[in-house]
Amino acid sequence: MEFKLNIGAPDTEDRVLRMDAGVLYDVIIVGGGPAALTAAVYCMRKGVSTGLITMDFGGQLSDTSTVENYMGYSYITGVDLANKFKEQVRQFEIAIADGKKAVAIEDGTEKVVRLDDGSAFRARSLIITTGKSSRKLGVPGEIELTGRGVAYCAICDAPLFAGKRVVVVGGGNSGIESAIDLAKIAEHVTVVQFLPELTADRVLVDAFEAFTNTTTLYEHEVMEIVGTQTVESVKIRNRVTGDVSTHEVQGIFIEIGLDPNTASVKGLLKLNEFGEIEVDCACRTNRPGIFAAGDVTSVPFKQIIIAAGEGAKAALSACEYILRES
Amino acid sequence: MAIFDDKVRKQIGDILTKLGDRVNLLYFTQEMECGICKDIHEFLNEFASLSDRIGLTTFDFVKDRDKAEHYKIDKIPAILLLDKNDNDTGIRFFGLPGGYEINSFIQGLMEVSGVKEPLSQGAAEMIKKIDRDVHIQVFISLTCPYCPAAVSAAHRIALENPRVRADMVDAGVFPQLAVKYNVSSVPKTIINEKIEIIGAEPIEKLIETAAKA
Repeated sequence: MEFKLNIGAPDTEDRVLRMDAGVLYDVIIVGGGPAALTAAVYCMRKGVSTGLITMDFGGQLSDTSTVENYMGYSYITGVDLANKFKEQVRQFEIAIADGKKAVAIEDGTEKVVRLDDGSAFRARSLIITTGKSSRKLGVPGEIELTGRGVAYCAICDAPLFAGKRVVVVGGGNSGIESAIDLAKIAEHVTVVQFLPELTADRVLVDAFEAFTNTTTLYEHEVMEIVGTQTVESVKIRNRVTGDVSTHEVQGIFIEIGLDPNTASVKGLLKLNEFGEIEVDCACRTNRPGIFAAGDVTSVPFKQIIIAAGEGAKAALSACEYILRES
Repeated sequence: MAIFDDKVRKQIGDILTKLGDRVNLLYFTQEMECGICKDIHEFLNEFASLSDRIGLTTFDFVKDRDKAEHYKIDKIPAILLLDKNDNDTGIRFFGLPGGYEINSFIQGLMEVSGVKEPLSQGAAEMIKKIDRDVHIQVFISLTCPYCPAAVSAAHRIALENPRVRADMVDAGVFPQLAVKYNVSSVPKTIINEKIEIIGAEPIEKLIETAAKA
């Protein structure tokens, strides 16, 4: 039996420093993943007053089952590594607003971060590390049937589709990993891939192709998800012939990659063609005093170690900015 | 067979040194134990042995009918958390709190023992105001990283208000309930049989929804 322990003893009130709307922080970090937590440690080491606004500690790392070859660890679970990051941050008396989502960011003599609960915090500089989240298909039925057969987390929900017929959208690593998890227990798995081949790593494709209860549709795309209470069928179009066919399934897992979380900075920061925040080699955005790091940025290769390194760099850039401006 | 390996046993043991008051676990099973019931029994025996502040009492769902009725236990396997004075906290686990749910189990124990993060003032007041019986069921799978947060939020509300009962329900152990409540993604929360929440919501939102149920 496996135990994914990631809890420590609860924090008592005196240890947790809540963020204070009356304080003008030197740096506010928005996010909770490897970039944010590394930036937090670097800011605290530099001795600047720092606030951390986070939806969840760990970010995407908490949803990663295993991490291989993060330097220092040949193998570690995502929750364990996230936990170590969190503990390292908690050594410092950093002000935290957790469980909160930043909805708007304003630039001016002071930078302002507005949260979903109506509160707002002020800082002289910001580090945006909001990461990425699952990309939606954007087809009719998707939103209405989310949680009713439309799913984005195969490790969570695969057990609920035992003996059922499902579609997996996406032929990359996450799509094929999901297809493998599902093929073990579902009656049948249909993989819908936009491209003429699977783009997942060879080891995954080999493991997937060993199953006999799967079908792969190359150069196909999902047009519509149909169902009243729950998913009943999926309409899939052949991109070569244009033919649309209806597949009766009870579930559809969407694994088509990730979108950067930039809703709070739209119109303020310059984004690239992928919607990522454009940064230079010092993590500077187009706005002085606003820095960004990790998966939300234009930096190539989304890796934990890269996000952490970028977080450190953003923190040092922010500290340098504060010194120069004061 | 040991349930915990040495590393996990030590980690849990370390956390349990922070336990405050005594916590009493009740376990409802039956004489001819189902496979998972037996596993949970071993799990609880081993877990309780890690701290002298954890008590464990086992009841037979059939023979101890009066106890089952008293605690409104309608299915097994069921784990209940009682405080040091044997007061029912309303916190229940239907299934084995393994996988990611070990976290909600430990958090539940900690909170019942009095070691808990303070709620925001607004949240604490809103929970106190709930003046009707509320039954929250949180459906989970043990491989779901988002689920413990949903379970712990529901359990915390139960702990703070005696009118609230909150269940973790493993959809894999109770497939008939997963079908009944149309659970096709987890976490899924059912409040008083009628309101559904898909996904993990912050505790404030859960309280708001529970108050309206």
